Amino acid sequence: MDPYLFLTVFLVAAIAFPLAPLALARLWTLKFSPPKPGDEKNATYECGLESKGDALIQFKAQYYLYAIIFLIFDVETIFLLPFAVAFTGLSAGAFIAMMVFLLLLVEGLAWAWMKGVLTWK
Amino acid sequence: MDEGLRNELSKQGIFTTTLEELNNWGRKNSVWPLQFGLACCAIEMIATTMSRYDLARFGAEVFRPSPRQADLMIVAGTVTKKMAPQVVRLFNQMPEPKYVIAMGACAISGGPFKQGYNVLKGIDRYIPVDVHIPGCPPRPEALIHAFMTLQRKIDEQKLTGPNRARYLDPDTPSEFPVPQFGEHDLVPTSNPGVWQPPAKARPA
Repeated sequence: MDPYLFLTVFLVAAIAFPLAPLALARLWTLKFSPPKPGDEKNATYECGLESKGDALIQFKAQYYLYAIIFLIFDVETIFLLPFAVAFTGLSAGAFIAMMVFLLLLVEGLAWAWMKGVLTWK
Repeated sequence: MDEGLRNELSKQGIFTTTLEELNNWGRKNSVWPLQFGLACCAIEMIATTMSRYDLARFGAEVFRPSPRQADLMIVAGTVTKKMAPQVVRLFNQMPEPKYVIAMGACAISGGPFKQGYNVLKGIDRYIPVDVHIPGCPPRPEALIHAFMTLQRKIDEQKLTGPNRARYLDPDTPSEFPVPQFGEHDLVPTSNPGVWQPPAKARPA
């Protein structure tokens, strides 16, 4: 016997199993129960209230930029505190590494300032 | 099928049924209410679903949070005029077949707050109520009784013919007009298609 016959039977059964109830429900609708769509029934929002406005709106990004800049300097403080505590015992290489880190952040701040992020519009 | 033949067959251990009975049997034993409470009656409704009263025995323990999946709206509590449009809109969003139980004195008539300026004097002014339960609040047994009454009502609904159930008729509306919150009262104050003010009987 062809081994693929079993697979074919399985495939047909797998397709028929979900389709048969859907087809039966459709037949039931046609024979007995007429569909009654309407504006209220088809409305997207289903909490009883009428939805107002459009879902495709633009959020003001200003707050998020402020939050991100705050977060960067928040993290910076975490690094600066152990740096200040261990300052006297640090090597020149560690000092330079920290200064580069600070420079990068200050550069970022200067860039954000230049872009006008810090003025609330 | 002849009733005598049917009895005879059932004596021999042969069960016969009709499509209508099978359909009604399935529907009446899986009435899913809308998860929706308005006031203190909702507490009794919650108690009814819990283990002590166990509404699951009637197949109605699945309270759906969406009107799309619900069959039954239990209006449990005082319907204020501000809330009434939302109740009607929720009922409109329920798919057919749908039923309404008005639970408690407030939902059926306004109850102790009937004279209040902001209280709707019965939700049956806007939507067709199948079972009214009096009580303030009704005990869980009363709600269970209402469920059983509704189950009997579903069981008697016809699938075809002129006396078929309301929702099977393509001409009857599935949506009911939503009242607007007007300046002094809801506009309109009632839906004349489902509710008429009681006529005063004058002695001749």
